[in-house]
Amino acid sequence: MSLLHFVVLAPFIMAIFMPFFYYKFRSVHTGWFLLPLPLILFIYIATYIPINGGGLEPVEHTVPWVPSLGINFSVYLDGLSLLFGLLITGIGTLVVLYSIFYIKNKVDEPLNNFYVYLLMFMGAMLGVVFSDNLIVLYVFWELTSLSSALLIAYWFHKEKSRYGAQKSMLITVSGGFAMLAGFSLLYVIAGSTFSIREIIAQADVVVQDPLILPAMLLILLGAFTKSAQFPFHIWLPDAMEAPTPVSAYLHSATMVKAGIYLVARMTPVFGLTVEWFWIVLIFGLVTLTWGSISAVRQTDLKGILAFSTVSQLGLIMSLLGMGSAALHFDYVETEAIYYTAIMAAVFHLINHATFKGALFMVVGIIDHETGTRDVRKLGGLMAIMPITFTVSLIGLAAMAGLPPFNGFLSKELFFTASLNVASLDIFNLETLGFFIPVVAWIASVFTFVYSMMIFTRTFTGEFKPENYKEDVHEAPIGLLISPIILASLVIIFGLFPNILAYTLIEPTMQSILPGLTSVGEQFYVNIYHWHGINTELLMTIAVVLIGLAIALNLKKWQESYFFQRERDPLNAVYDLGLDQLVVQAQNVTNMQMTGRLRDYLLYMAVFISGIMLWTFFRYDAFAIDFSNELAVPFYVILVVAALLASTLALPFISHRITNIVLLGVVGFLIALLFVIFRAPDLALTQLLVETVMVVLFLLTYRHLPEITKEAKNIWSTSMKAIVSAAVGGAVILTGLSVHALNQGTDITPISDYFIENSKTLAGGYNMVNVILVDFRGLDTLLEVLVLAIAALGVVTLIKHKMKEGEDV
Amino acid sequence: MEILMIFTSGIIIAVATYLFLTRSLLRVVFGVVMLSHGVHLLILTLSGLQTGAPPLLTENADAYTDPLPQAVILTAIVISFGMTAFLLVLAYRTYQDHGTDDLEELRGNADE
Repeated sequence: MSLLHFVVLAPFIMAIFMPFFYYKFRSVHTGWFLLPLPLILFIYIATYIPINGGGLEPVEHTVPWVPSLGINFSVYLDGLSLLFGLLITGIGTLVVLYSIFYIKNKVDEPLNNFYVYLLMFMGAMLGVVFSDNLIVLYVFWELTSLSSALLIAYWFHKEKSRYGAQKSMLITVSGGFAMLAGFSLLYVIAGSTFSIREIIAQADVVVQDPLILPAMLLILLGAFTKSAQFPFHIWLPDAMEAPTPVSAYLHSATMVKAGIYLVARMTPVFGLTVEWFWIVLIFGLVTLTWGSISAVRQTDLKGILAFSTVSQLGLIMSLLGMGSAALHFDYVETEAIYYTAIMAAVFHLINHATFKGALFMVVGIIDHETGTRDVRKLGGLMAIMPITFTVSLIGLAAMAGLPPFNGFLSKELFFTASLNVASLDIFNLETLGFFIPVVAWIASVFTFVYSMMIFTRTFTGEFKPENYKEDVHEAPIGLLISPIILASLVIIFGLFPNILAYTLIEPTMQSILPGLTSVGEQFYVNIYHWHGINTELLMTIAVVLIGLAIALNLKKWQESYFFQRERDPLNAVYDLGLDQLVVQAQNVTNMQMTGRLRDYLLYMAVFISGIMLWTFFRYDAFAIDFSNELAVPFYVILVVAALLASTLALPFISHRITNIVLLGVVGFLIALLFVIFRAPDLALTQLLVETVMVVLFLLTYRHLPEITKEAKNIWSTSMKAIVSAAVGGAVILTGLSVHALNQGTDITPISDYFIENSKTLAGGYNMVNVILVDFRGLDTLLEVLVLAIAALGVVTLIKHKMKEGEDV
Repeated sequence: MEILMIFTSGIIIAVATYLFLTRSLLRVVFGVVMLSHGVHLLILTLSGLQTGAPPLLTENADAYTDPLPQAVILTAIVISFGMTAFLLVLAYRTYQDHGTDDLEELRGNADE
């Protein structure tokens, strides 16, 4: 166990003590006890940041967990996990601070639940980003799904919370499950190793495997569901029923980036394939566009931000797709065009976490102070909440991509990357590539529009006090600290982006694109505002101009049909699918579980005879052998004929007494056969048992009804006949083959031993009886037990009667 | 002789299956009886029918019939007898409580 292991485990350990703090110190808000933990973790992880610009030496520690299966709790810290670790703990600290002021320490507020879930989530998320072992990663991955669902349903008395939690759970867990299948495939492909680093080390071999495509698709399914990519994004808007600190933390900054993390982590392996480039790029672009257009439709502030998150995640995803093209080239220091996309992705990841976190917190404040998040009711808050307004303005400007904030820089880089990729000469990009910058540009226009929309509808316009529940005023300072810190980061990263360059961005790029640079070499990272007048700048100016034009005419736009619908149309698909799953499952059950005994017996008969006959034909096992057949004596033929006649008569007779007599006849004829086949003991027993049985039937005769007549139905009668004939035929076929195959072998029956030793070992002359009580006495003992139990059962059935209405 | 007996037991089992698939509870009990008959015959047949004297050492024969399947069938007869007796009483009690022998009418329960 290293310290890094404890970084992952600390939140879980802390979670155990949370209820104690909650119940013991009721007067203090439970969040205060938790606050130091993420801060300490943040500081500890921050000590790994390379400050001198010399690159990051990866750290790895392994603790065996299930070594026989290759599952080890390995923590691995490189640029990528360092970046995510800092995001998780840093924003975690701010969110905990914010939540202390956001959720009041009331008597009926289960704060201990909240912080236990939050700690669980934080630990799971740290586990995801620090795990080097795929299975351990999966375990933590599912823990994030679970804790996320718990947090969404924190106010579980609200129906929408439960709906949102169920939806996010179903979608992310099914994706996670697919991912597990993908990991298992990867384990097989890579030669029995779950270690990501070992898989990356042999990436060249691994991508040659034919199983690589299914493995890739399954893993991408996991990443896309978690990161809310189209069409799996529908859970994210419904997850907005969670408390706002949760939305800020999970659904903007951390959990939804787990999929991004996974894609980035797997890029060195799958990025070598063409499919990866196109799938990640296209899904990212579709999500980007869909999310940004859908955001404009929303009227709830958190709804807008949710779709905005979807859209920004799509942006980062598409950049990772574009960036994988870099793996097809060698690194050239002066030609940054190959790896710009990865640089932009990493940079935008940081930026998005800062400004989106701030925006969610700001929305939470507005909700908290005015009692509503509906943009149709809000307005004119600029003068009343000046600090909130300032923070929002910074966040929105960064989101829209305006200078001098960090969003502008990453948007410029995004345009550069898309233009670069369009000009590459691989994967048919020279013909198809033009659409990438076009789509990117359209999505940016809508991003600008919804950012403008939040701004104008919330802060400008007329202040209408009658829309608000309470007296509206500026939020307390405690609520404002976290968004202010995040907004300051937005400005700092915007003005001095290069403080991130070689501390975080470059090491992260090294882990996404390993092997592109040789040892000791570094990517050239320099992000700056003024590039001169180039295409990207013109694109940004066009975004602002057209975005303004749309935003000013938003009223007209919103009258169109498309903007009337607030819910995502894909929700209908999900709801219908879920309903139909239940309905159809019910139908299938009702269809097969009829409650009729004979239907079930029919299934069994069909299945058993079917599988036997199938096996016969499949393996051509049928054999028949007449060679040792003796002549059948006439009297045997007579007995058998009588036996078959009475047997076949049974189904046709519906008089009870005739039935019972026939049954007796069959039994006695079988006893006769036992005599013929030289089995005196059997014959004796059969005679006795048959007699007692007939007596028994006759005893109950008076109490039993007439046999129910079958309904006259040619179809069901012939089906029963066919099934019975099939069962009989299967038995006959098996019997014949067994008989024939017995002939050829020279196996000495074990009975020779009994024949030789009955006298000498057991002192008996009747071999059957010696076997029953001496050689195989245990069978007899248990058979006696069976009779005893049957007798007890009969007595109980008759004597012990339930009274009216009494149930078993 | 074995082939004849194999066909005989096959037919008995087919009839037993047919009885299982009918509406009458009593007939299902008959089916159980018939099924055990068929299976007993099959066990005896498949171990070979054409050797020697009854398995009694007092016979002083050169060859004896195989005693092991006979012991097995003996056990099986007793067990199936116990089963049948229990089933019969169960059918009787069912009829007493529900007033019908028709499996069609015995479907489902109050909890459904």
